[in-house]
Amino acid sequence: MRHGRRAIVFLGLVLLLAAVPPAAALLGQPFYVDLLRRVMIFAIAAVSLDLILGYGGMVSFGHAAYLGVGAYAVTILAVYGVHNGVLQWAAAVGASMLLAAAIGAVSIRTSGIYFIMITLAFTQMLYYLGISLDVYGGDNGMRLPMRSQFGGLIDLGNGTEFYYLVLGLLVLVVLFVRRLVDSRFGMVIRAAKSNEPRTRAIGFSPYPYRLAAFVISGGICGLAGALLINHTAYLTPDLMHWTRSGDILFMVVLGGMASTVGPVLGALVLLVLENALSNWTEHWQIILGPFLVLVVLFARRGLGGLLWREERDG
Amino acid sequence: MAEPLLEVRGLSKSFGALSATDQVELDVLEGETHAIIGPNGAGKTTLIGQLAGDLRPDAGRIRFAGEDITALDAPARSRRGFARSFQITSVYRDFTALDNVALAVQAHAGHSFRFWRAARGDEALRAPARAVLEEVGLGARAEVPAANLAHGEQRQLEIAMALATKPRLLLLDEPVAGMGAEESQRMVRFLATLKGRETMILVEHDMDAVFTLADRISVLVYGRIIATGTPAEIRANAEVRAAYLGED
Repeated sequence: MRHGRRAIVFLGLVLLLAAVPPAAALLGQPFYVDLLRRVMIFAIAAVSLDLILGYGGMVSFGHAAYLGVGAYAVTILAVYGVHNGVLQWAAAVGASMLLAAAIGAVSIRTSGIYFIMITLAFTQMLYYLGISLDVYGGDNGMRLPMRSQFGGLIDLGNGTEFYYLVLGLLVLVVLFVRRLVDSRFGMVIRAAKSNEPRTRAIGFSPYPYRLAAFVISGGICGLAGALLINHTAYLTPDLMHWTRSGDILFMVVLGGMASTVGPVLGALVLLVLENALSNWTEHWQIILGPFLVLVVLFARRGLGGLLWREERDG
Repeated sequence: MAEPLLEVRGLSKSFGALSATDQVELDVLEGETHAIIGPNGAGKTTLIGQLAGDLRPDAGRIRFAGEDITALDAPARSRRGFARSFQITSVYRDFTALDNVALAVQAHAGHSFRFWRAARGDEALRAPARAVLEEVGLGARAEVPAANLAHGEQRQLEIAMALATKPRLLLLDEPVAGMGAEESQRMVRFLATLKGRETMILVEHDMDAVFTLADRISVLVYGRIIATGTPAEIRANAEVRAAYLGED
């Protein structure tokens, strides 16, 4: 099978992640459950970005916007006494998709550096909007009054239950995006990335397909935002800071664009490395920076490409 | 006489002071192979851009199958049966030959907001695509990534993609450019099999190919069509000989 090795890497990753809570309990290191949960939440965001970046060729430098909007949607509803998780998360995804539709409608008409700058500008706008929203903590942020409630079905206050929920969602998101990029719809956005004049000449207008991909990507990232706010239980505009967009972008590039599984690997390596290095020295960025540069220079298809040695999906 | 399939009237396009297309009049009849020739810089590329919908003319109009398509973009023209190959080979290099053609089939099989079924397992796309690959002689190369095909095969693949859209008009932009003698002969033989069945506009430098294939020839010089006629008429035309053939 063409994607055989990549599927095995993914299965291995999932099994590894599934083994973390019991292993952490055994070692008496509950902190790792927390760290890996954060990794998986960012992995969801990175996979969503891979859909438009890797497969669609749209370099969104503003994916933190959807993380932020997802988190704000959950918190704002909680402030007004709506704690129902289904409602909150649906609102997070819905609001992110609406925002993505607005940003996408403008940015997808451009390409290259203009696309990057427009997505960045919108996200900066939202960041400053977050700072100015004093009702929801403004610059300092605010505590999430209560985690999303799922009627006793699952308790997000329980670190392990929450952990497996995130793992389950990550697997679903990866399978969903894989399915999507292999569908007729996915073939159009990949074709448009690979060769736009040819794509137009055979009769496709890429714009509506790209916009739809952008909106789906925003929605998935909004879900990651809803998870992240339940994870940190603290809302802050920093969620939407441009460096956060950069982090997500880097996870995709580090793990391997247009591979769906690569970004999961990228999130894992980036966040675990960041954590390990920052425990070791406060100047950890001096080490992480050159490492990232080396990966980009010498592993064109990212760390994933080294593992499965397959051509990316194009 | 029946209405021409393609009717170009007063088409003009300037870039600054340069008049790249100057009052071009062109009729392409259903079923004919119509060659457009002209020396370098005659404005062939600009004319093709306007015919295909990539460039907006400054003036004039283009009617295709009875409809004014002057304002339509390239995808809209493709959906009305206007297919093209590019001067510089343009295929999806990372995709297999079969994927390339299946995409062309897909583009003409209704909208593509279909998110679930794997396109590569969809016989509604694959079967017609395989049939076209067989037809152009690439049947055995279906699973080869387009980037690994020989240059001539890539050009055949482009034509396969155009044919897969079931076009009413094929616009071939220098189909034998950059080919060796043998490859080029094979391509000309293949195009000869399409003759009569497909309506073709053939923009070509290679005079052997043009005089072998064309029913009629239009000669473009400095953005103007200076003559249109059968190959024999064009050969005999003094103005053409002076402007073009004589220089060869």
